Amino acid sequence: MSSPSDVGHMEKFLRDRRDSGSKLLVAYITGGYRGWEAAVESAAAAGADAIEIGIPFSDPVMDGPVIQEASQAALETGATPASVLAAVPGLDTGVPHAVMTYYNLAHHPGHERFASTLAKSAIDAAILPDLPLVESGPWREAAANAGIETIMLAAPTTPDHRLPELCEASKGFVYAVGLLGVTGERAALAATATEIARRCKEVTDKPVLTGVGIGSPEQAVEASSVADGVIIGSAVVRRLLDGSGAEGVGDLVAAYRAALDAG
Amino acid sequence: MVMTDPNKEGRFGDFGGRFVPETLIPACEELEEAFREAWSDADFVEEFHRILRDYGGRPSPLTECYRLSEDLGVRVLLKREDLNHTGSHKINNVIGQALLARRMGKSRLVAETGAGQHGVASATAAALLDMECKVYMGEVDVKRQALNVFRMQLLGAEVETVTSGSKTLKDAVNEALRDWVATVEHTHYCLGSVMGPHPYPWMVRTFHHVIGDEAHEQCLKLMNKLPDVVVACVGGGSNAAGIFSGFSDTDARLVGVEPAGGAAVGRGVPGVVHGMASYLMQDEVGQVQEAESISAGLDYPGVGPEHAYLSAIGRAEYPAVTDQEVVEAFQLLSRTEGIIPALESAHALAWVVRESSSLQGQVVLLNLSGRGDKDVDQMMDVLGPGNIK
Ligand SMILES: Cc1ncc(COP(=O)(O)O)c(C=O)c1O
Repeated sequence: MSSPSDVGHMEKFLRDRRDSGSKLLVAYITGGYRGWEAAVESAAAAGADAIEIGIPFSDPVMDGPVIQEASQAALETGATPASVLAAVPGLDTGVPHAVMTYYNLAHHPGHERFASTLAKSAIDAAILPDLPLVESGPWREAAANAGIETIMLAAPTTPDHRLPELCEASKGFVYAVGLLGVTGERAALAATATEIARRCKEVTDKPVLTGVGIGSPEQAVEASSVADGVIIGSAVVRRLLDGSGAEGVGDLVAAYRAALDAG
Repeated sequence: MVMTDPNKEGRFGDFGGRFVPETLIPACEELEEAFREAWSDADFVEEFHRILRDYGGRPSPLTECYRLSEDLGVRVLLKREDLNHTGSHKINNVIGQALLARRMGKSRLVAETGAGQHGVASATAAALLDMECKVYMGEVDVKRQALNVFRMQLLGAEVETVTSGSKTLKDAVNEALRDWVATVEHTHYCLGSVMGPHPYPWMVRTFHHVIGDEAHEQCLKLMNKLPDVVVACVGGGSNAAGIFSGFSDTDARLVGVEPAGGAAVGRGVPGVVHGMASYLMQDEVGQVQEAESISAGLDYPGVGPEHAYLSAIGRAEYPAVTDQEVVEAFQLLSRTEGIIPALESAHALAWVVRESSSLQGQVVLLNLSGRGDKDVDQMMDVLGPGNIK
């Protein structure tokens, strides 16, 4: 269990909301994609409890077609880590921010430098899906020193004996990967989604959020029957790709919010 | 020993490791365990060598190049991996991995391919061992290596064209990894080079060690001495690792030749992609750059971590050659020795030709990793029927 002193802003914020009886909703948006800033604000206004901002990377191996397309488009229009991060402090959200990107973008500038850039850019937490627990020590230490919470992913294949350590290492919340596979909406909630959340909840009292594969408000409710909430990514980004813009993103997030609030 | 086992984190010096999504970590651990166990089982090792012999055609010969040697003033010996079944060194690794997959109870192989040689080898092993096989190949490569696409299909594999990113080998690896993340319970990722997460770089090199072992013995038998230089082309670096591993503890100079447009070691910038920390071509913020090479099999912005290590400690050197030099070497070997090399392998020869004045009188062992049949179509476009020198 964490001592209160190492509870960061993301975790504290989400714990408070959870403990007040709310299911948590985190929305992912690809930074640098046309209209992303307005979409972030609109997702927050529509009831997201935190925002995940993707920093596009050339080789997004954990992402399915929707987020790949948005990342590639953002890169083609010149998005860089610096350009995305520079915009974050100006966003009016009122909720914590995480970045979601790939490890080479932290490795290349160096852990300390990347972590301090995040901290200066109104970022609270980082998700690096290709940095598994076994390789994550040096980054997590540098991040913690800069006040950045590193959110770790627990996968359906993660064995029981590793889960306590993984949940202990995770800061902000624990990201329970809902299925075997990459990001993208699925027609039905995978059986693995509730199972991995249950296994995480057994070993941690940190917020446990299920992400990857959530494709409808109904699935979000189902996943949240065990988890403390959900992360929606491809569903949100699809609204940007299909031209629905910030308004479409806001409507979508509002629909998830309403479903989760209604239980 | 220079080319020894990596440490328990899968590192060769600062390079290697296991930078894959958490989902794949148990599969990598299981694979490492299965490989350690199988490789210490005499029956497994014997079956591996039996198949390479009776099916793959090993040992591959060592060919002395009389005319070329006279031309260059350098004694050139070719290790003839082009004569293996399926036409390249790739079969060694694939037989090893397919046997291992079967032993682990996995019924499906996924593979990435650039030139198509690893894809063809994987499809071949899948047919031999009655497994399902899916090969990811970039759209650019599907076009320039159309013959190999059809070969894979003939062998019963499904070939999926990858249209993301640079549409070459790098993106085929991404797509194969995405497949594996979703199918890991019954699928083995049959990775085609000494790259990727631990244990792949080490395991793939071990399956190719036979190249270096044979060549070492063949050199002694032929000359009663070892070569002065051992040279091989480097994409991910598997054929080079295989032949280097037979000579890394000798005085031989080890030379891995990269394409100028894919010189990961040459540029020397460390990075992390495809499961490994190694040298990686990147832009100023860390986005992976697209390689550009006439040869699909070397069109890769990274390199296996053990090569990064061998370079860092100064044991091997990694010069680059241009497409133009490669095209000339391709024709030179065809004309002087009656051997049409793979464009990949022609990189190694291009370096020997360029350096021949400083190599006078020396013995150079060159790993001829594959044959050039697959490249003939592409070279007809490059050279034009009337343009052959
Ligand atoms: C004939 C041949 N040589 C070399 C390579 C490059 O691979 P590696 O560097 O792993 O030997 C390939 C890859 O497709 C190939 O087909």
